[in-house]
Amino acid sequence: MARWGMVIDLDKCTACGTCMAACREENNIPASGPDLAGEGRSIFWMDMLTITEGEYPNVKKRMLPRPCFHCDNPPCTKVCPVGATYKNDEGLVAQIYSRCIGCRYCVNGCPYNAKYFNWYPPRFRDDEKKHLNPDVSVRPKGVVEKCSFCSHRLVRVREKATAENREIADGDYTTACQDACPAKAISFGDLDNPYSEVSRLAHSVRAFTLLEDLGTRPKVYYLTEGEKHGRFKI
Amino acid sequence: MDDSKYNSIDEELLLRPILKTSKWFYVSIAILFSIAMFAVWVWYHQWTTGLGVTGMNRPVFWGIYITNFVFFIGISHAGTLISAILRLCQAEWRRSITRAAEVITVLVLFFGVFNIIVDLGRPDRALNVLKHGQFRSPLLWDVTSISVYLFASSTYLLLPLIPDIAILRERKTRLRWLYRLLSFGWTGSDKQKHRLEKAISIMAILVIPIAISVHTVVSWVFGMTVQPMWHSTIFGPYFVVGAIYSGMAALLVAMAIIRKVYHLERYIMEVHFNNLGKLLLVFTLLWFYFTFTEYLTTFYGSEPTHMTVFYSKLTGQFAPVFWVMVLCCFVIPLAILVRKKTRTPAGCVVASVAITIGMWIERFTIVVPTLVNPRLPYPRGIYHPTWVEWSITAGCFAFFILLYMAFTKVFPIVSIWEIKEGREISVSQTAERVKTYLPA
Repeated sequence: MARWGMVIDLDKCTACGTCMAACREENNIPASGPDLAGEGRSIFWMDMLTITEGEYPNVKKRMLPRPCFHCDNPPCTKVCPVGATYKNDEGLVAQIYSRCIGCRYCVNGCPYNAKYFNWYPPRFRDDEKKHLNPDVSVRPKGVVEKCSFCSHRLVRVREKATAENREIADGDYTTACQDACPAKAISFGDLDNPYSEVSRLAHSVRAFTLLEDLGTRPKVYYLTEGEKHGRFKI
Repeated sequence: MDDSKYNSIDEELLLRPILKTSKWFYVSIAILFSIAMFAVWVWYHQWTTGLGVTGMNRPVFWGIYITNFVFFIGISHAGTLISAILRLCQAEWRRSITRAAEVITVLVLFFGVFNIIVDLGRPDRALNVLKHGQFRSPLLWDVTSISVYLFASSTYLLLPLIPDIAILRERKTRLRWLYRLLSFGWTGSDKQKHRLEKAISIMAILVIPIAISVHTVVSWVFGMTVQPMWHSTIFGPYFVVGAIYSGMAALLVAMAIIRKVYHLERYIMEVHFNNLGKLLLVFTLLWFYFTFTEYLTTFYGSEPTHMTVFYSKLTGQFAPVFWVMVLCCFVIPLAILVRKKTRTPAGCVVASVAITIGMWIERFTIVVPTLVNPRLPYPRGIYHPTWVEWSITAGCFAFFILLYMAFTKVFPIVSIWEIKEGREISVSQTAERVKTYLPA
């Protein structure tokens, strides 16, 4: 079975935010607007983590695109009282929107704050409503959601591969953020396939994951900027 | 005066709240009822609009509803636990206060559970915890533990009520059908008495581990996550101590009000306040001990993520609430309860009100500061509870007081038969017992 994972090369990433926009389009995430953003209620399946290092005048900003890390040992699925978030057969951390009771325990259990809550019913403009992605369900108010690694795409890819009587090849299953990235900073694929690009990059000396010492074993790796930055530790 | 004379005076004084009702009672009920109904309307507003009407946001996903939940479940330890421990220790002075304590437990549990339901994004799906229950989650441990506790403490309240209900059944009062039903054919025969005693002592033993499990499990909702200053092994006992502490404070306030309003000075006496005050003092010191241990361990280890939360409480944005908590939970009660001169009913009430407020704040400073300071360098959170949250909180308190008042109008709030039993049997029994302690 494949172990789907992602590598984000921070040397290539320009922090342009295209991944965030593409994700929003792909996954029917309503734009929050200034009012909800001001209340701290925007939803970003793909967020941009901004880290300020050093003090004036030697200040450095580092930007990390942050999807859900789909941990191999996810702290969020353990605490869900109804099994609405769970690790599915593909190893992805999935959400069942129709079962979620909205207690937000998983949100508070995630040390990366990668989960989001629908404080209100989703708001789409009329023209947006016409262009919703039919493969992704729109979440009702009161449930938790997060990056799914575009798992609706995996469903299609797997169907196609099964029909053609073959395994899923490296590069068949891509995510929206990966496709959109103009710098090709995001790689995605099977971490367990030694020939895949993503597994080669994940084994790079530059590779690190966030909050490694918590033992969550994230499936999203970052490649540190150049040689001199070292790993990102908090 | 002989025993029978006493008995009729006891009955008359202790049944008076049920038989006679002043207009102030109705006025207070009306006020409390309007607050509660307003809260119901506010909840409806929240239900239809979404939890956006609260002050919660990202990353502060839990606010004062969860604070209330922990607080109310804590208060519930007033009754059952204290009454059970005093019963098992054969503390004779317990007789006139056990029921007042047990009622708090049963009623307040509903408000603990209610606050969780109010906090849900989808209260309509609350029953999914039964349909799809996942036992790995500490929240499901809560559901189990609290249900068992509710059942056990209701039984434990009802059992010692039976003989008193039988007294009421014989009177020409309203609600006789209810008394007939709930007295379960009590005649007061020796056999029945023996069985009742046995049942009460079995329940008294059973509820102690259940009560302890309840607040331990509540603490585990936080302790089982890896979040800074939640992930602590001390949380189980720390929460249990805090629960008993706040519960006793609530009991003392209730006792003082009952005594004043129903003129029960003959039954709820200075000695009760003095004795419970001493017990409260022990818990003041225990609370300080646990708090000090918890914070010193964090400080000494000084892991950066933990220290962020630590300093946000001690010197940062939560410093005002944190130090008010220390004042209310430690300084004020210690100053009052340590001296016999101030351990009076009035002194105990002041200390207890401070403790009740302080313990609510304690729950708040456990829930919120950790969420405000996420591990990763996101913007820090801001949380201001809105009028919706305050209204629902006020509604919970109002409705709880209302139900408590209603209880005193239907059942005797001081156990009549236990007072009688005290007079008839315990005096000689205790003397006998003391004799057995002495060297032959």
